[in-house]
Amino acid sequence: MARSLSTFQVQLRRFAGNRLAMLSGAVLALIALGCFVGPLAFPFTGEDADFDFISAPVDFGSPHLFGTDDYGRDLLVRVLEGGRVSLTIGFLGAVTAGLIGVLYGAVAGYAGGLTDRLMMRAVEVLYGFPYVILVILLSLLFGGGNVALFAAIVFTLWLTPAVIVRAQAQSLSRREFVEAARAGGMRAGSIVWLHIVPNCAAVVIVYGSLLVPEVILSESFLSFLGIGIKEPQASWGNLIETGTAAMGTDLRLLLLPGTLLALVLFCLNFIADGLRDAFDPNER
Amino acid sequence: MLRFIGRRLWEGALTLAALVTLTFFVMRLAPGGPFSRDRKISPEILDHIKAAFHLDEPMWAQFGRYVWGLLHLDFGPSLRFRDYSVGELIAAGLPYSLTIGFWAIVIAALVGIGLGLAGALRRNSGVDYLAGTVGVVGIAVPIFVIGPLAQVVFALKLGWVPVGGSDQGWRSLVLPVVVLSLPNIAYISRLTRGSMIEVLRENYVRTARAKGIGARRTLMVHALKGALLPVVAYLGPATAGVITGSILIETIFAVPGIGRHFVDAALNRDYPLVMGITLLYGGLLIVFNILTDLVRGGLDPRLRGHG
Repeated sequence: MARSLSTFQVQLRRFAGNRLAMLSGAVLALIALGCFVGPLAFPFTGEDADFDFISAPVDFGSPHLFGTDDYGRDLLVRVLEGGRVSLTIGFLGAVTAGLIGVLYGAVAGYAGGLTDRLMMRAVEVLYGFPYVILVILLSLLFGGGNVALFAAIVFTLWLTPAVIVRAQAQSLSRREFVEAARAGGMRAGSIVWLHIVPNCAAVVIVYGSLLVPEVILSESFLSFLGIGIKEPQASWGNLIETGTAAMGTDLRLLLLPGTLLALVLFCLNFIADGLRDAFDPNER
Repeated sequence: MLRFIGRRLWEGALTLAALVTLTFFVMRLAPGGPFSRDRKISPEILDHIKAAFHLDEPMWAQFGRYVWGLLHLDFGPSLRFRDYSVGELIAAGLPYSLTIGFWAIVIAALVGIGLGLAGALRRNSGVDYLAGTVGVVGIAVPIFVIGPLAQVVFALKLGWVPVGGSDQGWRSLVLPVVVLSLPNIAYISRLTRGSMIEVLRENYVRTARAKGIGARRTLMVHALKGALLPVVAYLGPATAGVITGSILIETIFAVPGIGRHFVDAALNRDYPLVMGITLLYGGLLIVFNILTDLVRGGLDPRLRGHG
């Protein structure tokens, strides 16, 4: 007799059966491993200048596999270190923005009435803002640097999860088990935390996975414009910017960070698609 | 209908007011000032310059002065480009930004809908795979990677179009417009394909066929109308995407539009210029969202009267 499976297990199995998503997951894990562990294998960091190798070309025989930039800094190590920043901000940012959005949406949806109307009106007003403008202004307000960038991105990206969770919470708050909890004297805060939030998990996983590429894109976008992460610290955005300036003579500086960024975004999008198909089959 | 537009305009005005207030105070509270990047000037002269732009007044007074100016359609002077007013700078840059944005949206809509329809009607054919590939690439590869690559291939290697700038008429527009339209082609073709496949299964399409309306007419009149609804709904957010994109595109292709002005102004703390462009972008976004809702109402009777 087949063992009975919970919905969550069924969904996980469906996801595991999605070959493209699993492959993307593997590639992403490999890139992440490379970014976090890879630089340790080199005797220099991405900020060390090697004056014997200025603008060295690709040469697998030399200590600088993919060559150096015009300060003599190793390109491969810089790209890997940039990836560390991008991936960290991407995942932490998505989790934070998701968490804020979920709590905000769950409270608004469960509370209903005037609280809900006021909270959602605030979200609508923020939605009417041009998003990039807001990110740029906020990262200036927080004074530049990694933390400022992170805060600015999170501040602008929690809106969508809030709206989605609020709709879910609204319908959940009318269900019998929530009513039962209320009748049993459970406090509103506990109901939101123990009944509403866990029941939004599927939606949150699906949309949360879409947040990760969005955060990474925002980060590299800002760094490309010179507002986000600044030299000498490396990030994919500012590496691509440097590569763009040198593209007429040396395409390598643009191609390596550009390819890696595109690859990561591909993987994240495929994983998000896979999660959506597995958790939300009606969507498609 | 009029009441709907009136209400949306009122809400839009509220959003703009919030945007102006937030932008104003965020800009002023951000560290650094408009003149801190200049070469060293003596404190007295700096005080005089600040007084000339009323930057020495308390913040609320400056805010009041700015809002009063706005009500008279005066966006104030630019702090960096000392001889120009913000209005003049925007008027000079806007035509470039609008031209690129307009054509990018038009091309994205035409190509995106075309690819999406072809994909939906000939599923798993070559066209469908092409559309799928464009969809994935356009969404995953950011335009600041595609843009420079396109410059290398089409401008530096092949020499078909200029690398950037704006001095060669339509030829200098080709790359910026095409690159800017790519992500939107991707989204629109995905949306069109998905919704067309869904609509073709609907009962009303079957009814139309059963009534003896030709396949072509069923498709073009009955199915298409339903299939385009999500696409039209996307055009509002797409405008926001084009605004984002234009900032990048103008940086990459050295177009003298307002997007690049905005980034420079924000970095240089040119307060009035930042405010002016923010207001303009915010206003455009609101107008486009209202237009989108109106067109959706026109296409789908179920949406009318609720709004």
